[in-house]
Amino acid sequence: MSTMYWIIIAGAIATYLTRIGGHLIISRFETIHPRVEAGLNAVPAAVLTTLVAPELLHAGPAEWAALVVAAIVSLRGGLMAMFLAGAAVLIVARQFVG
Amino acid sequence: MSAEAISQSRAKSEFWDGVRLSIPVVVASAPFSILFGAISVDNGFSVLEAFLMSALIFGGASQMVGIELFGQHVAPWLIVISIFAVNFRHVLYSAGIGRRIAHWPLPRQALGYFILTDPQYAIAEARAESGRSVGFAWYLGLGLPVYVFWVIESGLGAVFGKLIPDTHALGIDFLLPIYFLGLVMGFRKRPLWLPVVAASAVASIIAYRTVGSPWHVTIGAAAGVLLAVILSPRHSGVEERP
Repeated sequence: MSTMYWIIIAGAIATYLTRIGGHLIISRFETIHPRVEAGLNAVPAAVLTTLVAPELLHAGPAEWAALVVAAIVSLRGGLMAMFLAGAAVLIVARQFVG
Repeated sequence: MSAEAISQSRAKSEFWDGVRLSIPVVVASAPFSILFGAISVDNGFSVLEAFLMSALIFGGASQMVGIELFGQHVAPWLIVISIFAVNFRHVLYSAGIGRRIAHWPLPRQALGYFILTDPQYAIAEARAESGRSVGFAWYLGLGLPVYVFWVIESGLGAVFGKLIPDTHALGIDFLLPIYFLGLVMGFRKRPLWLPVVAASAVASIIAYRTVGSPWHVTIGAAAGVLLAVILSPRHSGVEERP
């Protein structure tokens, strides 16, 4: 079996553990230490930021324009609105600057 | 009508109540499942692999992270850890919803946790807070259509992705960063969001330049989380939440 299947299966098990784990483990504790909770709260933004930031190193004008427009739209609109706006800017800009 | 027939017909109507509530979720998630399929092919997945990933993991953001890291040839264990990290929020949903469904038989609970997504949690929790019970039929009616459409559309997206000749002109290669930026922005109301994002951004760029990919993900994420832990919880506003 290829590596990819193992990644998918292990990822599925890891995901199921998060879905059942809160009930099995966290619900037994009365409280979570505030520092631990602050750290857990920060996890999604911290991980996801690392998937965007290094892209800025190779980003050209089209990519920068797409990210800036998407960020501005996200202040008001939902995820889909910001995504479509960013994608539209990216596709149009790439017709000109490649 | 016998008591059994009455309870069966009530379960049926509760199931369809759940299905009605699932419609907006199905519509809103459709573009992401199709997009996931299309991008996964661009990152080296087969149609079957894209389909399987959706069927077994059933978590949009984590699947996007998985294919992005796979495309960057990140070590397999690190991809699994990243999927786990992105899905970690479910631990909180699980702890919350556990109180509402503890009266179900165990196999039904096991299935219920498998389809516990962000909207599933939000809608079920809202129902429980309004004083109505969260029954298995209703919960399944809400979650099953979302799951079925998610998996089918991922497969369709992957088939469609194979047909796209010039992925660069359509921007397919840069859609994920835009999508991830949207997710990052979605967390902006959380305490310490700006310092965490700034620390992770700077650390990941430095690590990308020095240590190299894929370690920028781990190092950048660790920097943001550590900063949140170090800054006094007093500033984080954690204890102000209910």
